[in-house]
This record gives sequence, C-alpha cells and structure tokens, in this order.
Amino acid sequence: MQKIGVFVCWCGSNIAATVDVKAVVDAVSHEPGVVYATDYQYMCSEGGQSQIRQAIKDFGLTGIVVCSCSPRMHESTFRKTAISAGLNPYMVEIANIREQCSWIHKDREDATEKAIILARTAVAKLNLNRPLTPGESPVVKRALVIGGGIAGIQSALDIAEAGYEVDIVEKSPTIGGKMAQLDKTFPTLDCAACILTPKMVDAASNENINLYTYSEVEDVSGFVGNFTVKIRKKARSINADICSGCGVCTEKCPSRKAKDEFNMGLSNRGAIYIPFAQAIPNVPVIDREQCIKFKTGKCGLCEMNCPAGAIDFKQQDELVERQYGAIIVATGFKPISLENFDEFSYSQCPDVITSLELERIMNAAGPTKGKLLRPSDNTPPRTMVFVQCVGSRDTSGCGKTYCSKICCMYTAKHAMLIKEKYPDIDVHVFYIDVRTPGKNFDEFYRRAVEEYGVNYIKGMVGKVAERNGKLLVQGSDLLADDQIIIEADMVVLATAIEPDESARNLATMLTASIDTNDFFTEAHPKLRPVESPTAGVYLSGVCQGPKDIPETVAQASAAAAKVIGLLAKDKLRSNPCVASSNEMLCNGCSTCENVCPYGAISYVSKEIRSAGKMEVRRVAEVNEAICQGCGACTVVCPSGAMDLKGFTNKQIMAEVDAICR
Amino acid sequence: MSIEKTEDSNFEPLIVAFCCNWCSYAGADLAGTSRLSYPANVKIIRVPCSCRVNPMFILRAFQRGADGVIICGCHPGDCHYSTGNYYARRRMTLLFSMLDYLGIERGRTRVEWVSAAEGVKFSTVMNEFSKTIHELGENKKLRDLRCKEFLD
Amino acid sequence: MYTAEREMTENVLRISNVNTRKCMKCGKCSGACPAFDKMDIHPHQFVSMVEKGDIEGLMNSKTLWSCLSCFACVERCPRNVEPAKLIEAVRLSVIRKQGENRLKADDIPVLLDDELPQQAIVSAFRKFSK
Repeated sequence: MQKIGVFVCWCGSNIAATVDVKAVVDAVSHEPGVVYATDYQYMCSEGGQSQIRQAIKDFGLTGIVVCSCSPRMHESTFRKTAISAGLNPYMVEIANIREQCSWIHKDREDATEKAIILARTAVAKLNLNRPLTPGESPVVKRALVIGGGIAGIQSALDIAEAGYEVDIVEKSPTIGGKMAQLDKTFPTLDCAACILTPKMVDAASNENINLYTYSEVEDVSGFVGNFTVKIRKKARSINADICSGCGVCTEKCPSRKAKDEFNMGLSNRGAIYIPFAQAIPNVPVIDREQCIKFKTGKCGLCEMNCPAGAIDFKQQDELVERQYGAIIVATGFKPISLENFDEFSYSQCPDVITSLELERIMNAAGPTKGKLLRPSDNTPPRTMVFVQCVGSRDTSGCGKTYCSKICCMYTAKHAMLIKEKYPDIDVHVFYIDVRTPGKNFDEFYRRAVEEYGVNYIKGMVGKVAERNGKLLVQGSDLLADDQIIIEADMVVLATAIEPDESARNLATMLTASIDTNDFFTEAHPKLRPVESPTAGVYLSGVCQGPKDIPETVAQASAAAAKVIGLLAKDKLRSNPCVASSNEMLCNGCSTCENVCPYGAISYVSKEIRSAGKMEVRRVAEVNEAICQGCGACTVVCPSGAMDLKGFTNKQIMAEVDAICR
Repeated sequence: MSIEKTEDSNFEPLIVAFCCNWCSYAGADLAGTSRLSYPANVKIIRVPCSCRVNPMFILRAFQRGADGVIICGCHPGDCHYSTGNYYARRRMTLLFSMLDYLGIERGRTRVEWVSAAEGVKFSTVMNEFSKTIHELGENKKLRDLRCKEFLD
Repeated sequence: MYTAEREMTENVLRISNVNTRKCMKCGKCSGACPAFDKMDIHPHQFVSMVEKGDIEGLMNSKTLWSCLSCFACVERCPRNVEPAKLIEAVRLSVIRKQGENRLKADDIPVLLDDELPQQAIVSAFRKFSK
C-alpha cells in the first residue's frame, strides 16, 4: 500500500480564487492511500518544496501528488524535489488544477468539485505507480557521416576537431559532392574549389577522420549510442595503398566513350579515371561497364603502364561492419530529370543546358577550359536566356511543388559572371518571382540588374525551338503585356533540385522519416531542425530541404554540435516510460513489431517455464534505449502482454474510474 | 448520480477527454492560459500519444457512467511519434462504428486534432461536444448496473 | 461584386471546373500561346479577370474567338489552372446567352433574302431556336 502525500497549491490567487483549496485538501485526505494532505501558497517556491521534502521524511511517503499548474510547467521541478528527498522521481503525479480548472471555470463550486476529481484521479493513478529507473546504455565514441559533400565534410571536421573519430561514407569515388562541381559561389563570387578543396584535404589528413569513398551503407541496426552499420566498399580495381595517383593509367586508357559525370556529361572520360584533379583520395577507379579488359578480356594497358603495379582487376567488393554512437545523414541532392519539360527542348538541343552544366562550362577545369562556348558548335554565344523555376513550384505533377531556393541566386550569379567576362553578351532572365532573402543577397541580385544590365523579364518561357542554329525562345513579358521571341544562342534552365535517390532507401534503413518529396523530416520544424525523429540520427544539408552553401555549413556544424554533445556522454539515460512485454503472456504474433515506428521491438526465442515445464517460445523484447514510449504497441497486443511503464493499462483505467466515480 | 436522474432537466454530462501529451494537452493548457472557458464536466486524462488510447479505456468510461468520450491528438502528419495518430484514427473509426452498433450514439464519441497552438480550437471543440452530449442526454447503454450500487 | 456578376463568375467557374486561385501569375500560358498576337486579352489576364469577376468584359473580348483551343496553356501551366477551359467556359456563356434573345419565327420573313437557299434558312432556324 502506498503512503501518499497530497500538496495543493494556491498559486497565489490563481488557483485559490476559484478553487476552495481547503475543501480539496479535506476531500482527498479520505482517498485510499493518502496519509497526508496540505495546502500552501506557492508549492513551487523554496518554502513549498521544503514542505514537501519534510513531509516525505516525516510521513515516510512513497509518492506525492501535487495539485498545481500543468505538468508541462513544473513536473520536472517536483520530480527534482522528490529526488532530493530520496523519493523516486516517477512517484510524483501532478493534478493540473490551474490551466485545466481554475483558469477556465468561473463558478467556485464547479471548479472546486472538478479540482477534487482531478486530485483523486491523480491519487488513483499514483496508487499504481512503481518506481522507475531510466535505462542506461553505453555510447560508442565514433560517428558516421553518410555523404561526403560540403555538409558531410563540415560535420566530420567539427566532430573530429572535438576529438572524436568519425567516418565518412561517400558513394562516388571522391569526396567533395556538388560543391566541387561549382565554379563560383554567391554572393561573394569566390571560387568554390578554392574554399572547398582545402576542407577536403583537411578531412583527408585529419587523423580522426576515416574516408570510405566509392562505398555505400548497406545495413543499419542498433540504436542511439550503439549503431551497427554495414558498409560496402565497392571494388575500385585499384590497390589504393600503393597507387601514387600519378594518373598515367587515365591517359593510356583507350576507351573514351564514357560520359564524364563530373562534367555533367559534357565531355568524355576513360574507363579508368580520376573524377577531377583535386579528387580525394587521388586514386583512380575503373568503370567496369566501360573497361575493354572487363568487357572483352583484352587490353590491360593501364596495368602495363602503371609504375606502381596498383591495378587489380580481380579486386572484390569488401564489406565492413562498424559500431557508431551517432549518424549524420548528408546525402545531398541532384537536379531533377527534365523529361517532363519538352517545351524547353532540353533533350533535342545541345545548347539548352541546365545551370549545373553551365557551372562546368564556366569552370576553368571544365570541358571548355572555362571559355563560354556553345556545346553544339563550340562558338561563343551572343545572346543568352536564363529560365527560372524550371520544375520548381509546379503542382501539375511534372515537377516539384516546392521552391528550390537556390536558383534565384545562382541565376543572378551566372548572369553577373557572364556579363563581367563578356560584356557584349545580352543576358535575359525570365523570372516568376525573384526570391533573395539572405545576407547581401538582394543587393547581389540588384547589382546584376543595375550595374551589369542583366535584363530581367517577369514572365515564363512557353517554348524553345531551334531554327538555323539559333534558339527561338518564346515567352511572356507580363509587365509589358507582351509575348516576346528572343533569338538566343544558349538557354540555361534553372532546374529544380530533389533529394538524392539514395535517400528513400537510407531512410528505411535508419527508420528515419522522409516527406512526400523524399526530404528527410526533422524532429521539430522549428526547435529541433537538425535532428531526425529517430534518436541518434541527425540531418545535415540539402537532404533535409533545399538550402544554399552557408545554410548547409551552418546546419552541418549544428548537427556536429549535437553529435559531439551525444558522444561526450559515457552513458545515455533513457526515458523510463517505455513499453515492456510480459513474456508469460506474449504469444509471439509480431503485431507490435509491425506498428512500432522506431523498430524498438524484436522477437527472441526464450526458454520459459510454463505449467511446470520449460519450453522455448518466441517472445517480444523491447529495446528500452530505442523505445520512445508512444504506446502504439500496447493497444495492438492481442494478449495484453505489452504495457507502457508510467502509463500502464491499469493506471489509465484507474484514472477513468476515478473520473467516472 | 442515479438512473432516476435521467429525466432531470439539470442533467450535467460527464465527459472524459484523452489528450496526447505533445499537442492536445498543451492545447488544453493554452486554452487555460488564454482563459478560454469550457464546461467543467470535461475531465482530461493525459496520455503520451493518441495511439496509447486503448478502446478498452473508452468502453470502461462508458461502463462507469461517462456520457461522452473524446480523443484529442496531434494533427495528421504532426504526431510526435510520426504515426501514432494514424493508428488512433483507424482504431477509433472501427470502435465508433461498433459502439454505434451497440446503440451508443455516434455523437458521444469523437476524435479531434488539436495542436499545441490551438487553445481556441480546444475550447470550441469542448463546448460543442458538451452541447452535443447535453442534447443526447444521459448515456445508459453501457452502464454496469450491478456495480453501480456498490460504487454509490 | 454585384450579384449578377458573381453569378456569371460562378457559372464560368462551374462550367470550367477551374480554380483560378491556384494561379501564381507566372505567365507561362501567355508564353506558350500560339495565338497571343490575335488576342486582346491574353491568357494570363483572362485568368486574373475571371478571378476579379469581370466576365462581361471577357464576353466582349476577341480572345474568345481567337483562342485556338490548342490547350498549350493547359499543358504548360505548372499549377494546373487550365486557362483554355476558362476561355471555353466564357465562350459557352456567350453562346448560351445568344439563345435568350434569338429571333422569333414571325420576325424572319422580313430578313429573308431571295438569294438565300431554303435549306440554310431551315437549318439556321433549327440551330438558333434550340
């Protein structure tokens, strides 16, 4: 039998003005289990708390009910009070007689009656409370970053800087991601490579960072503090330990048919290649689908010419299994496919290009060595047209419903760069809205218009057609109420961006959630923007939503800070109000396993004594470190084996009974 | 309250509200801090998530004399536990049609999505619901008459 | 908006089943329209005017009869607004209205022309008295 103390707070006049606190004290003192009841002006004050502590000691209370404000306000306060008096914090119940009683009811009689009912409901629940201890689990002091773009690199550097080991898994042969493909960055116009490659080198040379390039995450199990991740290191067909990165093999390779992914397919590369000059690691990779040796068995020129003897045609994929305390998802984005946008003639005309392709053309290391030339005939363009919102803000089903956020700024950047390098080129930009919130962003866009004379046209392009080597761009000029046709040499489409295609599969592995556009969802859109709802999984960069480089880096560092905070702990204390299964009752049906949003329930074979003999049964087991305590499993359990600590079936039934008495 | 009181014009219904900890309970708190009144006969039980509400709880409430039961959760898509309110929605759809079959009017049971910012909605919903129950009168169907004597 | 105007607008929206509020004024419809030069009110304006409720103005516009119904605007619209359906709906409103003040049978003889083939008179009568 519990010994319960009830403490009724006046909250000054907030409660006492509408609720007869003395009457509440009188009424609850007759409730079963109650040995002590009192009232005080401010229970949460030091005076009130010391009264509680004293009463716990004097009456040997096993639990306390505080009739006061909302538990969302002061539950933690009174739990701490209980701890300091040697009482288990989960033996505290709050009856909310302020927000849900005195503040909303005017009639004193009604309010007092309701307060009494709320108090006795809390007493009824507390009678069934059991002391709960938070579970503890060790933390593996190593983090995993999935994706080696600027987001992943920044997160990894920050974590490594704090002294923790971190692995980066990158599916392509080099880290660097999309930022490595960019020419200049807005709004400062510094070159992307100049600010990114030092970071890449830092990541590679940092002894706390381990790179798994050309690798993919295959499986994730475990929970916060203790994830087990299987990583597939795809066969590069190169022995990376002895390769010196001299690049002779890439020059000797006779195959030149493969489209260079790094240059967005605007040039060709060999079957053995290093994606770009500053690639990290600076080790080539053999594209087995293109390699003549792999296709016909004859060739091997690279092997013959390699001074280090690093070519290994027999190399196999390697599976690595490692433990991590935390995981950061930084899988990034890709431009959408333009197959639904035939009106822009992207597939027919080589001179209609995407913005990312223009980045490569403008880049000194790109296919044209930085000269602005038309891909079709390598001549310099005289008139260029930019089209914004291609596939963004599209609810017709062809594109994406969201705003891709970065296009307004990079289009202004492109226009400005072209005007600066080639002042004679006419640059027209078709826009629906120009969205440039951000530090120095609007000034940047206005500079493109006012200083560089970029012609911004409010309207949209309806058709692009090729005629006599020119591109006829037909669009509307809404402000002039006109339909205009521009004879352009090049058309650049500000293509919408979407999450990388790996996001969906990865989300399933991590039991992290994604939205309808495959962006990872954050735990709270405002207050927990870098955490996923799954404990121990954090989000960094565009995988969570479109963002530019400064925002990506900020989020990457924020995610890293969260991870460092987690790894700094030796043990994780979990919320003890979690589900637990009574293995004697469990019938092994797996229903609970299916509804659990966190994958916290697994089934194990256990030897169980039943009716005097031992038998092996398949029973549910809850991992307390993963369980968040929603209680979905308790309701689906057909045998009633599953219950939620702190909110047990019996406790809630007792509350119902107390209310309906 | 005895059975004879049914015809009493002063009938005050008893309403049990299950509120999820993250959205609706906070919404109820907000209604409180904004001093938005709703009838005193609404009594709130805090649960971690609307999916914690076992249909048994609702049956129990009706059995013990509740006249109406309302379940409040986060808006679809906003559940703190991602999917809890979807389970609640499906469960309650089934349960309510079963209760209907048993003769407990549809109006006595309700599911509402109330976010932590919707104090106004919470109080309007409770006022409306209480009014509906008032009109429906006392619920007799599931009351356990044998226990009643002991309890009174 | 006057009641009559509102009624007409609602009628157009009902016939076309278009929600003009979805329009984000991007102008892609006018950018795609092959008959743009023949129109006095251009597709994007058409949508705005329906939203404003100026059906009377639209009914007198050349646009109704210069729209080719090629559906380029419908195809290209990123927000599924479907301007061509609105134009068609206003066109229908005009045609339906014409029915209201059609000629009476007694008025016809005065207008008859000897050159006019009998068959044309009969078919015109059928067509316009429906």
